[in-house]
Amino acid sequence: MKSYLRRRLWQSLLVLLGVSVVVFLILHLTGDPAALLLPPDATAEDIAKFRTAMGFDDPVAVQYVRFLKGAVRGDFGESLRHGEPAMGLVLERLPATFELAGAGLLIALGLAIPAGIVSAVRRNTSVDYVSTVVALLGQAMPTFWLGIMLILIFSVRLNWLPSSGRGGLEHLILPAITLGLFTTARITRLTRSGMLEVLGQDYIRTARAKGVGEPPVVWKHALKNASIPIVTIVGIELGTLLGGSVITETIFAWPGVGRLSVQAIFNRDYPVVQSAVFLLASTFVIVNFLVDIVYTYLDPRIRYR
Amino acid sequence: MAARPPSTPADGAHLHPPAAPAAAGVAPLVRPRPWAEREWMTLLRRLVRRRTALFGLLVVLVVMLAAAAAPLVAPFDPLEQDIGQRLREPGWQDAQGRVHALGTDHLGRDILSRIIFGSRIALLVGLAAVVISGVLGMIIGLVAGYFGGRMDDFLMRLADVQLAFPFILLAIAVIGVLGPSLRNIIIVIGVSSWVVYARVVRGEVLSIREREYVHAAVALGSRHWRVLVTHVLPNTFTPWLVVATLDMARVIVIESALSFLGLGVQPPTPTWGGMLADGRVYLSTAWWLATFPGLAILITVLGINLFGDGLRDTLDPRLKV
Repeated sequence: MKSYLRRRLWQSLLVLLGVSVVVFLILHLTGDPAALLLPPDATAEDIAKFRTAMGFDDPVAVQYVRFLKGAVRGDFGESLRHGEPAMGLVLERLPATFELAGAGLLIALGLAIPAGIVSAVRRNTSVDYVSTVVALLGQAMPTFWLGIMLILIFSVRLNWLPSSGRGGLEHLILPAITLGLFTTARITRLTRSGMLEVLGQDYIRTARAKGVGEPPVVWKHALKNASIPIVTIVGIELGTLLGGSVITETIFAWPGVGRLSVQAIFNRDYPVVQSAVFLLASTFVIVNFLVDIVYTYLDPRIRYR
Repeated sequence: MAARPPSTPADGAHLHPPAAPAAAGVAPLVRPRPWAEREWMTLLRRLVRRRTALFGLLVVLVVMLAAAAAPLVAPFDPLEQDIGQRLREPGWQDAQGRVHALGTDHLGRDILSRIIFGSRIALLVGLAAVVISGVLGMIIGLVAGYFGGRMDDFLMRLADVQLAFPFILLAIAVIGVLGPSLRNIIIVIGVSSWVVYARVVRGEVLSIREREYVHAAVALGSRHWRVLVTHVLPNTFTPWLVVATLDMARVIVIESALSFLGLGVQPPTPTWGGMLADGRVYLSTAWWLATFPGLAILITVLGINLFGDGLRDTLDPRLKV
């Protein structure tokens, strides 16, 4: 088990290194980061002076090493707009994004796993059909449209819930549903197909044959074995949720990392953009490493691989 | 090259396990083509028999037709502004008796016509990006699966790096730097969507490379690239096609998300996402502005997904995409 985890840790570090290369390259895509970072009305002289000051004349490899040294310490330079360390600005907004993504994931798991199980157990009944249709619609619905429609119905028409900002629970409901629906649909379909597969196995028949009641068969014997792909997808869906937060936060004016990055892109505030991209990608890598640790508990076979 | 591997019909090869006579001197298969075609007909019939897949196929065909024949189908010029007719409700009839079936937007443009023309951008970006990422992913998957070892390790770590980024955030960051244009959007989405293809193709290759006909070809002296192109690639095509179909739906949503954020194809060109962004401002007074473009995305994506699911269940039920 140790060697498995050590290998996964090593792989995760490699991936983080790759992430840093991409984040570094974002600024160098056009070939002239100095022109990109300065306001459009900067003179050629200003640009040249800035280029020398920032070391953009150095070889790219030298610049990357300098960038990496900063990145390890969380230093991505200062925000061009706010004059504060860019990473600090992003970290300030991180709790709001985690709150939203966490609520979205909670909604998704709370709805999807029961729905998927019921669908599988009562296959081809009306319950199954309703849940399948809802899941199909949920997968096809664009996040931003769902958010706008929820605002139209619950904020504009019914006036039940606020349409923007962060505050109490009432502020969280609409954005969390918006963010969580796609993931709900995905996990519902996965739980259903996973449960169907497991319910057809010999050990389920054995359990039933030796007189185990239906609830323990479904909830203990079947669900535990169907949970591995579900745990995998939770790790992957976190990426969907963090990415989806960019759109959801923009629609609901939620003060998180996603909205900050969109504003930063329009302000050409690239240090902030780089910090945000790096932070969210690192979060994804770390969570998926933790998911791998959870695996070894769920499926002992993995420990010996 | 003198040593030709035993001939296997390239298309539809995966449908027939390599039962073709391999011994020298046996006459080649009599008319293999009609046989292969009949298989495809069977597949098509099976596909059509699934009602949901048929529905999906019809939706996709309608959207494609609308996009192709947009100038003929659209009742109005999608760019024609008429401030006197702004924010009219769906079903509004103007002075000349012309009906705006889905109403007009804040500049008096016909929403139905804009949705019809918007399908062009959606499908164009969808197709072009899927071709780029599909070819890229196919090559990476073939190489990783066939050669294995360090090459495989390297390419799969690269896939992990790609997957670590929240897709939409990386896309808007890069497009923010490069500037929004049709070309940049296609390139950015295309270049960063290869991972699913690579993983699926790699998985197939891992089992195909151990098959007898591949060993036979290698033993007969075929070069690696030749084995890859003539024996391995055709057999990975089916799962690739399923992935490509389902991925097109995802790309269409991403394109409209970029347009929604203002980083897509720029106005006045009608895009579904851009129309939604406009409509959001008028949500309290004119609900139809934001509602109908979103429905267009929903129906198109649902159609592609249903068709793709049917394709998968018919062609390769074991595939988990």
